[in-house]
Amino acid sequence: MTQTIDTKTVQHVAYLVRLGISEEEAQTFSGQFSSIIDYFNMLNEVDTDNIPPASDIANAENVLREDVVKPSMSREEFLKNAPQSERGYVKVPTVLGDE
Amino acid sequence: MQLTNLTICEAHELLTTKKISSVELTQAMLDRIHEVDTKVKSYVTVTDDLALEQARKADERIAKGENVTPLTGIPFSMKDCISTRNVRTTCSSKILENYVPQYNATVTDKLADSGAVLVGKTNMDEFGMGSSCENSAFFNTHNPWNLDHVPGGSSGGAAASMSASLASFAIGEDTGGSVRMPAGFCNVTGIKPTYGRVSRYGLIALVSSFDCIGPLARDAYDCATVLEHIAGHDPKDSTTYQSPITNYTQNINQPVNKLKLGIPKEYFVAGMEAGVESAMQEAIRAYEKLGMEIHEVSLPHTKYGLPVYYLLLFAEASANLARMDGTRFGLSVSENAKDVIDIYLQTRHEGFGDEVKRRIMLGAYALSAGYYDAYYLKAQKVRTLLRRDFETAFASVDILLAPTCPTTAFKLGEKTSDPLEMYLSDIYVVSTNPAGVPAIALPAGFSNNMPVGMQLIGKHLDEQTLFQVAHAYQQVTDWHKRNPEIS
Repeated sequence: MTQTIDTKTVQHVAYLVRLGISEEEAQTFSGQFSSIIDYFNMLNEVDTDNIPPASDIANAENVLREDVVKPSMSREEFLKNAPQSERGYVKVPTVLGDE
Repeated sequence: MQLTNLTICEAHELLTTKKISSVELTQAMLDRIHEVDTKVKSYVTVTDDLALEQARKADERIAKGENVTPLTGIPFSMKDCISTRNVRTTCSSKILENYVPQYNATVTDKLADSGAVLVGKTNMDEFGMGSSCENSAFFNTHNPWNLDHVPGGSSGGAAASMSASLASFAIGEDTGGSVRMPAGFCNVTGIKPTYGRVSRYGLIALVSSFDCIGPLARDAYDCATVLEHIAGHDPKDSTTYQSPITNYTQNINQPVNKLKLGIPKEYFVAGMEAGVESAMQEAIRAYEKLGMEIHEVSLPHTKYGLPVYYLLLFAEASANLARMDGTRFGLSVSENAKDVIDIYLQTRHEGFGDEVKRRIMLGAYALSAGYYDAYYLKAQKVRTLLRRDFETAFASVDILLAPTCPTTAFKLGEKTSDPLEMYLSDIYVVSTNPAGVPAIALPAGFSNNMPVGMQLIGKHLDEQTLFQVAHAYQQVTDWHKRNPEIS
């Protein structure tokens, strides 16, 4: 099964991961994605009927702890890395638009 | 005596007998970095002042004889994806170019407690995505054995810093061979421990279910020393094992003659460079002489390791990298942004390199409606089969031997135009990560004047046997003692 991933699909997945891309980049990625996905289709050869998907890798037990408040990073310290902040908050433009 | 070439063990002996001081050793390392790293380019950040301050403190500890560990006063490098408080941590990405963490990774804290001296942060493929270090957003790192060749990746800076004697040990991180593959290319010993052995707290995540922090050093003994100090349970990482850490070095000299060595036949197929093949045969003969029983074994799903690894990587990485959004830390591009989505789109467009863009988009594709079952779920099922392969093999042998790469280090630029071709260079190292088992890479000879790496793969949580078997080989060979002439 050969799959082509057209530029429209590339633009769509780019938006899903919130990545701006140009028409030219979409062209390049489209060609590369098709050959990579084609290679992955090799997995179709493997019979996986009745094979459970891997879910855990290490300790399969739940790890619980007491729900107690402990000191954490101060607000001032946290905001040191924020590109923009105001009155102790991270500042961003409109999140809920008027559409 | 050249201070920069000492093993941890040798340096520790000289430090505790007061023949040298940590300040002298650290200064020698920094001087060499400023002289040689202009060519090798293994470091993104060199922490001169911090290193000398830590070295002075280590000397005080040694003078007082208080709390001296085998790592006290020893200079090391850290891969730039591991958080260091007040020291820039970039993942070799533009998006984190000026990011200075407010907290330490658990590994950073543990090394500081042991008295080790951080001399700098090493270059890598951006967010660990690559096999040659050429995906660093800043510059290429060069292989110290031939500057026209790549050091491997993604811990290319870590391996090059060891190989060029610019650190006494290096902390790397292995998601799908990122410690072992560059260790092999640069003639260094490096271990990917069992998943869950070393805390991932403060490691900037690539694939949360594969990522393993591990040391690179001059020999297996030194790797064991470092792992003893960084491994163990951490309440901040619930995937770490509760079981106590063995004293690896204490038992490293145990004889290996009762152990069974498995040779996975699927790893010895066409496409392997002749010099790599003959080095492996020689290593097998060396183990035979050491009295080990050699058995051929089969890991039938080996060829599917690569698609399983990459599909799951794409999926997990696309989720993990969602946090790089230009609002709370890191690069933020907000010119004319009319809403917050515009900040995401612009910041990520400018901040990520092509390989990162490719992988997070393919991840979203593999997880998206209509493709989830065919790609993500299918890969998780085949991952179960990969794990079973190892379980079956380890029912009849104690340890497996394979090359780290089908070839020696390739040339800079040789594989950059074809992403799939680059992925194929990881073919021997990727399967261990989806399975979670530990593996150690070590020098096994040379082919066309470039180092050949071999890896030993062990049972879950059995780093002890890996160290023993690697150490036994290093007692009868001297490949690991060879250093490059950097020109």
